[in-house]
Amino acid sequence: MTAKTFKRPDGRKAEETRPMSAKVGVVPNADGSAMFSFGDTVAIAAVYGPRKMHPQHSQNPEKGTLRCNYNMLSFSVAERARPGPNRRSTEISKITEWALEPIVMIKKYPNMVVDVHIGILQANASTRCAGINAAALALAHAGIPMKELVSSVSIGKMDKTLVVDLVKEEEDWEEGEGSTDIPITLTNSGKITHLQLDGKITSAELKEVLKLAKKANREIYEVQKKALKESIKLN
Amino acid sequence: MERKVVIPGEVIVSGEDYLPGEGTEKRGQEIVAIRYGLAEESSSLVKVIALSGIYQPRRGNVVIGKVENITFNGWVVDINSPTGAFLPLAEVPRFVSKDEMSEVLDIGDMLVAKILGVNGRGIDLTIKMRGLGKIEEGMIIKVNSNKVPRIIGKEGSMINIVKNETGCNITVGQNGLIWIKGERIEDELFVKRAIMFITEKSFTSGLTEEVQKWFDKHKKGEKEKE
Repeated sequence: MTAKTFKRPDGRKAEETRPMSAKVGVVPNADGSAMFSFGDTVAIAAVYGPRKMHPQHSQNPEKGTLRCNYNMLSFSVAERARPGPNRRSTEISKITEWALEPIVMIKKYPNMVVDVHIGILQANASTRCAGINAAALALAHAGIPMKELVSSVSIGKMDKTLVVDLVKEEEDWEEGEGSTDIPITLTNSGKITHLQLDGKITSAELKEVLKLAKKANREIYEVQKKALKESIKLN
Repeated sequence: MERKVVIPGEVIVSGEDYLPGEGTEKRGQEIVAIRYGLAEESSSLVKVIALSGIYQPRRGNVVIGKVENITFNGWVVDINSPTGAFLPLAEVPRFVSKDEMSEVLDIGDMLVAKILGVNGRGIDLTIKMRGLGKIEEGMIIKVNSNKVPRIIGKEGSMINIVKNETGCNITVGQNGLIWIKGERIEDELFVKRAIMFITEKSFTSGLTEEVQKWFDKHKKGEKEKE
């Protein structure tokens, strides 16, 4: 197989995302909640707060705190995942926090915390992106002041071909230069709040990646917007 | 301008003639929503009405709370908000000596209070007004605080229907707690069902008529049970 003729296992075009769906208000107990899915990858997010920060020593009297918790449920993958926090989930929790921090306006909530709990119900790659998308929706649904929404997508470099929204099979691809996964989070106005990359890529290719991400994010934003607007039926 | 649902970052209107109100921000020429809710414009002030989220205490709100603790100069009250509320000894209508504070309001007692002010440190309450004070009997139910304006209705139109139809005394706290006091427990439960109906249908237009219809339908059922 040459690089030019890389065929995606599910027959999608290179710049095509999996079918997306989103819904808000999926956790009635939470102050705000949302579900977001990319094909088989399903994430739910629940937001609690702003509420008093516990433990007290981590209170910040200057501004409010955002606290994220990413969790892959044990049944989300074919082989049972051991429940509880691990190295990977701790890292993704922190990454999610950094991706969302620039947009939430919680300065006016000193000594308080906004908790975001993300659960991955079903995983087939791009779980952190689905998680961030769900979290952005849930934050908006909880009535937290925000500058704008964010949408997240993963761009992959399969040897030399760039593809949007990887699945597990593509992530594990090893021919040629192998596969590089680049999750990117952009605000609606096109500012980058999060970009992860480990692997080799030229700067020209990275520019191409950003272009693809921007295009995909427009589609994701429309899905998010629709979910929020349709959750309220006037009349 | 017609009401519409807006999401954070969405431009509501643009132009120099508008002023940014609650839940909005001015970015250049545009008025942008910074929270999710219903955008509304009245006399060139644009604001976003919250539809979800936690209760945000405001000055002048009447709330229902529960005494959490007694300190040397007042009571700590839980009013279902992120910051704690405090009722100072001086804000009780009659003189109370420091060692009989628990006789006026003990831990676990419920009370109706008014918010005197909200500052960075917390919320100050008062019960120095008619209709405020300790709740002795009745029933307290909890609803989503965002539905409270609907339950009260325009100038109390909705809550007056419920009061007239059931003959109960109802106090709606802005924090989503509702105190119902009727002659019999059946009446109180009937009020509860009516309020649940209002919260479920809260986006229906012409809700007041709808509620009137609901009462006409269900009142017969109540009579037959007796």
